[in-house]
Amino acid sequence: MVLVLALGDLHIPHRASDLPPKFKSMLVPGKIQHIICTGNLSIKEVHDYLKTVCPDLHIARGEYDEEIRYPETKTLTIGQFKLGVCHGHQVIPWGDLDSLAMLQRQLDVDILVTGHTHQFTAYKHEAGVVINPGSATGSYSSITYDVNPSFVLMDIDGLRVVVYVYELIDGEVKVDKIDFKKTTGSNT
Amino acid sequence: MMISNGIEDEEKWLAEGIAGIQHNAFYLHRALDSNNLREALKYSALLLSELRTSRLSPHKYYELYMRAFDELRRLEMFFKDENRHGCSVVDLYELVQHAGNILPRLYLLCTVGSVYIKSKEAPAKDVLKDLVEMCRGVQHPVRGLFLRSYLAQISRDELPDIASEYEGEGDTFMDAVEFVLQNFAEMNKLWVRMQHQGPLREREKLDKERNELRDLVGKNLHVLSQIEGVDLEIYRDTVLPRVLEQVVNCKDELAQYYLMDCIIQVFPDEYHLQTLETLLGACPQLQSAVDIKTVLSRLMERLSNYAASSPEVLPEFLQVEAFTKLSNAIGKVIEAQVDMPIVGAITLYVSLLTFTLHVHPDRLDYVDQVLGACVKKLSGKAKLEDSRVTKQVVALLSAPLDKYNDIVTALTLSNYPRVMDHLDAATNKVMAMVIIQSIMKNNTCVSTSDKVEVLFELIKGLIKDIEGTSTDELDEEDFKEEQNSVARLMHMLYNDDPEEMLKIINTVWKHIMAGGPKRLPFTVPPLVFSALKLVRRLQVQDGDVAGEEVPATPKKIFQLLNQIIEALSVVPSPELALRLYLQCAEAANDCDLEPVAYEFFTQAFVLYEEEVADSKAQVTAIHLIIGTLQRMNVFGIENRDTLTHKATGYSAKLLKKPDQCRAVYACSHLFWVDDQDGTKDGERVLLCLKRSLRIANAAQQMVNVTRGSSGPVTLFVEILNKYLYFFEKGSPQITGAAIQGLIELIKTEMQSDSTTSNPASDAFFASTLRYIRFQKQKGGAMGEKYDPIKL
Repeated sequence: MVLVLALGDLHIPHRASDLPPKFKSMLVPGKIQHIICTGNLSIKEVHDYLKTVCPDLHIARGEYDEEIRYPETKTLTIGQFKLGVCHGHQVIPWGDLDSLAMLQRQLDVDILVTGHTHQFTAYKHEAGVVINPGSATGSYSSITYDVNPSFVLMDIDGLRVVVYVYELIDGEVKVDKIDFKKTTGSNT
Repeated sequence: MMISNGIEDEEKWLAEGIAGIQHNAFYLHRALDSNNLREALKYSALLLSELRTSRLSPHKYYELYMRAFDELRRLEMFFKDENRHGCSVVDLYELVQHAGNILPRLYLLCTVGSVYIKSKEAPAKDVLKDLVEMCRGVQHPVRGLFLRSYLAQISRDELPDIASEYEGEGDTFMDAVEFVLQNFAEMNKLWVRMQHQGPLREREKLDKERNELRDLVGKNLHVLSQIEGVDLEIYRDTVLPRVLEQVVNCKDELAQYYLMDCIIQVFPDEYHLQTLETLLGACPQLQSAVDIKTVLSRLMERLSNYAASSPEVLPEFLQVEAFTKLSNAIGKVIEAQVDMPIVGAITLYVSLLTFTLHVHPDRLDYVDQVLGACVKKLSGKAKLEDSRVTKQVVALLSAPLDKYNDIVTALTLSNYPRVMDHLDAATNKVMAMVIIQSIMKNNTCVSTSDKVEVLFELIKGLIKDIEGTSTDELDEEDFKEEQNSVARLMHMLYNDDPEEMLKIINTVWKHIMAGGPKRLPFTVPPLVFSALKLVRRLQVQDGDVAGEEVPATPKKIFQLLNQIIEALSVVPSPELALRLYLQCAEAANDCDLEPVAYEFFTQAFVLYEEEVADSKAQVTAIHLIIGTLQRMNVFGIENRDTLTHKATGYSAKLLKKPDQCRAVYACSHLFWVDDQDGTKDGERVLLCLKRSLRIANAAQQMVNVTRGSSGPVTLFVEILNKYLYFFEKGSPQITGAAIQGLIELIKTEMQSDSTTSNPASDAFFASTLRYIRFQKQKGGAMGEKYDPIKL
């Protein structure tokens, strides 16, 4: 069982002052093995904070990130899964699943983590799964109205990944889960 | 040399004294064992003579005294048992007065006196009075203090208190009080007299010796507090006035400081509350060297704790007007002690403020009053430079924040900003950060433009360069932290009412616009997003209020936004400004304001043309422009055409060919919008795709020429994927044949000798083909569509 935290689009301090306290109290150091971040933190303090939650931190560059050296895309392997991350402002039309599927084929990953729309989605298509963890601070987006703060926790176990989505709705944390199974053998 | 000799000598004398006592004690014990009164008296007198020495320091004298004390206990037991010595206590009382020297005589007298009182053959008060007066015979400070201390010790259990066995006709607790007060007064006099004994150069040694003896004097106050008959009335009318009289009249700073503190610590807080005026009235009468502020601070601390532990007494505080009395007393002390340094005065006010916050937290007028007194004290002086003073002022300003957990309350204190004005620039910023952190920690919302105005005045050190400072002197990390804090703060300024919210935004803008080029990149974005959130709120609300002039409309806010973003040109921050303009364009689109949206796009393009020079930045910028434009539905045909034409043009002019290729095929989406009213111009889509194909070809050839081999076929695969996208959407211009052709092209390229194999593009092509197969196998309409494509 490997826990992977996926979050992004915090937009601190331009659009939000901090993570919601209820989220902060859940992100306890030492419980998570990897963090995948879709970008737009956007300042170093947020980077440093995420590092304390888990030192294995993978970030893709968002268009507001202070650190310009984050990569445009990144891929990594965790257990039996290949994961990729890209902020998403590069994939036009924004939020379009078919265009994201193309990126997924290009990166050749089972799970593509992407952001920019501030809207949580978890979508299975031919090439794999696209997950958008939304905005961890619920910050303003020109694309999505009424953004609720959200993040995703993936539990990778063998060929199975359970995706837990945590959403802060009216002050309460609501959890939902989706199961994905990978068929044996890599995608040729 | 002298001093070490002195210590050695003292040790010697002490040893001699102890030996003397032991020697006579031996014979004393023998006398006691044989019930020989005469002998007993003789040897105890000899023993007590050792206490006549003046060569010992108080510390050493005490050791001698304790040994004598032990022997006197045995003697007392002997005296008590008349059967053993056959002498009545009355006679005994007379007999011991024949002892040769006065000191032994008095020790023996006190010892007998104790027995006398216990025998009840005379009223306790008579014996006590006699003894306390007789002790006047010893005027040497150290000897007299120990003698009287002995008297106090042995009489302790025989004081005629309420319900004590020694209470009787004419014998009341008032007599006990009188006795103790007199003993106390005499002891204090002796103690003070020590001050004038030694030569001036031995001042330090003298102070040390005096301090060693102070508890002997203070013990009397303790005894007074234990007398049951002493209730509030007696304390107020008799005890306190007499004690204070002694304290004030002795005019000795060491005694005054110790005794004032003793009074405060020993007697109940309830008494202090009710005698506040008397107690405080003594303060200005004390010697100017007395550290009265510590005394007052401790008093206020005790009273604060009293209030905290027993909330039911709070009304009493109000009733006795504790705050007013303390406040006046402090004022008088500060006035009287002209030489008191500022740090002393401010420390006093900090104590008073702490007291007020504990006892009267709801009385903001009191809190403001204390701050006002500080302002008065600080005014007329230059900006504070002494770090101890600034530390105290910061403590003063932080106390209300900590107490109220709510900056809004502190903002209503009219003197709060005035105190802050007296801080030097650096401390002002420290305090400003404290204020911001308090707001963030408590999640406080500042909800009116008036409060925001006061707040931003308070933190102005962070907002702009105030006189005498410049941002150049600052450490970059610190500066960033400061400005990011200000940015975070802006999200705590909020009101549900759009009119008020707009006022807040205008107030903030007014303050931050003067921040200068270093600050604007930090402060402008959060303000812009606050404004955009307001626009969205208004947009979602139901229609206009007919006929009313409504200040808060999206249009007005967009005008303000234009101004705000334009300010970034002085930094200059073209990339940031471009992003913000695009955000505004989208918001204007959602409000159906075509000209406003167009204007924002124009601004973005101008920045792109003139200011964004870095090639990597250009790639990101053009994608943002394309992505935003793709979502616009407010533009009419003309405007849309102009903008898409520009976007496509710039895409093709990017520096690197692969970037050009990708930007151009991204533009294809500008001509195909999936919702029902959206453009679906298949021809122009195809034109874009073909153009990007041409660019990809050219890129391949370039690589061929420069490196002697073909580059990866990735670009072609990407374009293929785009063809599939529009093919599936049903664009008639994208035919199965075209796709087939592209597939063959890629295969050929990949198999060609000159192509370097690239696993990534191989995998990409493979997964694309796999996708096509998948779609074919779907069957139904999609399967049919894909049927002509052969793999």
